[in-house]
Amino acid sequence: MPKLKSLEELRALRDGVRAEIATRTETGTTITIGMGTCGIAAGARETMQAVLRELRAQDIEAHVATVGCIGMCSAEPLVDIEQAGQPRITYQNITADKVHRLITEHLKNGRVVGDWVFGRLQKS
Amino acid sequence: MRQLSHHILDIVENSLEAGASRVDINVKELPQENLLSIQVCDNGRGMDAETVARLSDPFFTTRKTRHVGLGIPLFKAAAERCNGRLTITSQPSQGTQVMAEFERDHIDRAPLGDIVGTLLAIILAQRVCDLRYCHQVGDLCFEFDTADIRRELGDIPLTHPQVRDWLKRFIEEGEAELHATAQVGRPASAGHVLCPQRSELPSTESGLIKRV
Repeated sequence: MPKLKSLEELRALRDGVRAEIATRTETGTTITIGMGTCGIAAGARETMQAVLRELRAQDIEAHVATVGCIGMCSAEPLVDIEQAGQPRITYQNITADKVHRLITEHLKNGRVVGDWVFGRLQKS
Repeated sequence: MRQLSHHILDIVENSLEAGASRVDINVKELPQENLLSIQVCDNGRGMDAETVARLSDPFFTTRKTRHVGLGIPLFKAAAERCNGRLTITSQPSQGTQVMAEFERDHIDRAPLGDIVGTLLAIILAQRVCDLRYCHQVGDLCFEFDTADIRRELGDIPLTHPQVRDWLKRFIEEGEAELHATAQVGRPASAGHVLCPQRSELPSTESGLIKRV
């Protein structure tokens, strides 16, 4: 039975990334997007898609995760950005059209976008 | 919610909150029967009959973070305005099954929409859960199971950026090929992701992808 191209790609990818994975997981960036009913209705899925597109376009490697509702429904879509050694920043009302600026400012230029900050969580 | 895939994402979010380690999504489009059905099954903690009976009340929720639970009422309304229905079957410790049926060509039926984005959002969920997805159009279907993919990947998580990109491409290609093939009514080019009926299908070496 012939092998499928996509599966061959997956196996090649697996072999390629195995070596560097431990380092990146410990030192990397995590972007978390609220995906409860409120978040979905406010456009969180589209925000997530925009984040993935922007990471690819700007060649930034970051872990992206989705979570449920935290009870701040009026501030959805909520996006958290956490970088190693930095406080976790929660941004509010991050619709897809704001993602380019958010990723560029926070991850490329290293500047928190103060206007959109909902809260900061310092690591204990 | 403007797309049925938004509802799917919302229902699966409930599954994750219920501690499910496995979720099955079956989307079935049967043009000849004018039917579109969406079934979400999970192995979460399940609910007793009293809780199930209250699910369509928008002011009922088990969560502590807010006082409304709009997901199920919205999904139910979406189905009923298309002459369809929503049924929920659940038992404590036995998981939950949500089934929504729609008249496929009803003018008020929302489009399925961005199913790729929905599946990615589920796969990237912080609460790790295996997902089996099957989208059937007529007698063709595209399906995958993240348990198979994780088996291939070993210790590499599905959330790894390169795996994430691969998954997105894989699902996009599968969905596109499913619709293209269903429209012209003939099998796709050899060896991608389409199948006539799952039970009749030979598996590929990994069991990841099944085909005609």
